[in-house]
Amino acid sequence: MTFAFHASDWLLLAPELFLTAMGLLLLGLSVALGKTKEDFLAFLATVSVGITGALVAFVATRPERATPILGGAFVVDNFALFFKALVLLSLALTVLASARYVGAAPYPGGEYYALLLFSGVGMLFMASGNNLISIYVALELMALSSYVLAGYFKAEPKSTEAALKYFILGAFSSGVLLYGLSLVYGAGGVMGLPELAKLLASASRSNLLMLGILLILAGLLFKIAAVPFHVWTPDVYEGSPTPVTAFFSVGPKVAAYAILARIFYVAFAKFHADWGFVVALVSAATMVLGNVAALLQSNVKRMLAYSSIANAGYALLGVLGFRTEWGLWGILIYLLAYTFMNFGAFTLIILLESKGYAGESVSDFNGLAKRSMPAAVVMLLFLLSLAGIPPTAGFIGKYYLFTAAMKAGYAWLAILAVVMSAVSLFYYFRIAAAMFFTEGSPAKLKSSYALSAVIAVCAVGTLVIGVVPQPFLEVLKSCVLGR
Amino acid sequence: MTITINHYLIVSFLLFSIGFLGVLVRRNFLTILMSIELMLNAVNLNLIAFSRRLSDLTGQVFSIFVITIAAGEAAIGLALTISFFRQKKTLDVEEAHTMQG
Repeated sequence: MTFAFHASDWLLLAPELFLTAMGLLLLGLSVALGKTKEDFLAFLATVSVGITGALVAFVATRPERATPILGGAFVVDNFALFFKALVLLSLALTVLASARYVGAAPYPGGEYYALLLFSGVGMLFMASGNNLISIYVALELMALSSYVLAGYFKAEPKSTEAALKYFILGAFSSGVLLYGLSLVYGAGGVMGLPELAKLLASASRSNLLMLGILLILAGLLFKIAAVPFHVWTPDVYEGSPTPVTAFFSVGPKVAAYAILARIFYVAFAKFHADWGFVVALVSAATMVLGNVAALLQSNVKRMLAYSSIANAGYALLGVLGFRTEWGLWGILIYLLAYTFMNFGAFTLIILLESKGYAGESVSDFNGLAKRSMPAAVVMLLFLLSLAGIPPTAGFIGKYYLFTAAMKAGYAWLAILAVVMSAVSLFYYFRIAAAMFFTEGSPAKLKSSYALSAVIAVCAVGTLVIGVVPQPFLEVLKSCVLGR
Repeated sequence: MTITINHYLIVSFLLFSIGFLGVLVRRNFLTILMSIELMLNAVNLNLIAFSRRLSDLTGQVFSIFVITIAAGEAAIGLALTISFFRQKKTLDVEEAHTMQG
């Protein structure tokens, strides 16, 4: 294993390097331009994410990507490319959805966009991480930027509180994850995932190794907000600025699934019987607690936080079903659908928010159909998709995940998931009922081009994947690990 | 008595446990920050002990990464301390209870 830099390394790292450079540029421009030119900074951030996307598309066509680079720590297979595209999609949506919100806030916007891009760089590296060290460093890059973003409204007690809770529990879980990594290193003596897999194939089951795997699992379950590591989610989602919440609910989660899938499919596949049982229990608890707690909420951001906890439970079914191809397909299609529908729902909250945290309770959705019929119909579409009703993207995702669970021999879990999806209808329909059957304020809804564009993209994505899933599935089925 | 790898692992485990419990039990934010540092340093000790025993440098390289990231984490933690103290005039994390449910 050598650590020399080649021309092909620079080529394959181009998207990450470019995004880092743009983040630094935004940081500098923010100081130079001050509060006045924030629309320009938002525009620049959008363009940088777009160009990074083009670079990822370019990297996808290069033959050099067949071999991992940086001593095997960075791999650009179809799986990584899929997650990079998804991360960049959520990043672009976040930047667009933030423009108005951040422009109205009395804090420098350049820092905000720079932190978003740095967090994006971390997620891009996570998608490609093939070595425990690079995965950990990328994870921390994403997490440290996220802590600051959560506390971006630093004069608001709620925002500071969200950042504080996110930081304490995030750092704590990183510590647990790291301890697990150190134990696995001690058992194997290697850090690369393929080397680890090769070594473990002949290794016997030792307590040291099992404890290490369990701690790594616990650390990663925290990042995707699964029970019992979910306690931070409602507070952080409620307290953070809404565009940041929307971002947290898709970007970091998607990236965490990327490494969860890669570590457990590639390195720890052999001990599936040991960790599979734990994951099944966690998945069941997550689905039940997320859906039941969501029933009791009156704040929509909090309700969607619990809904996203429940969704983490569904997606874990895909991790369980990894031995058939359905597991991986399920995770990929579900995360794609989830990005569109969840981000869309959060963008509707941003649209309703007039000032500060107002506009977040269920009663603020009262009479939305009278104020703006398109907004109400689109929100209904997102809610139907989150509940998994055909013909929406959410249905296709759940269909694949539940099938994966059945095929992996977890029929009881699939049945529980279906029951819990039915429960989720109750709280999603509370919002729907408020929109269509309740009288509300007659004030006109003020939108902006950027917000309308985000909502349109999310709505089209949710609907198209639901109605004509075939082309998407064809693409996803080629996104297997290591190709 | 010779010092074997087990001694290092036990010390590291104790350090980690102290940090782990500290985060869960303590209420002062600065103490929680120190407990998190203890957890990370327990990991470093583990990595270096394993690195020595396996005659493989990767573990030591990893521990340098961990030290660097811990520094970044401490910077953010201290920034949050100031921001929290300005609002609440205390560092007691139990005071962070605006949101509930």
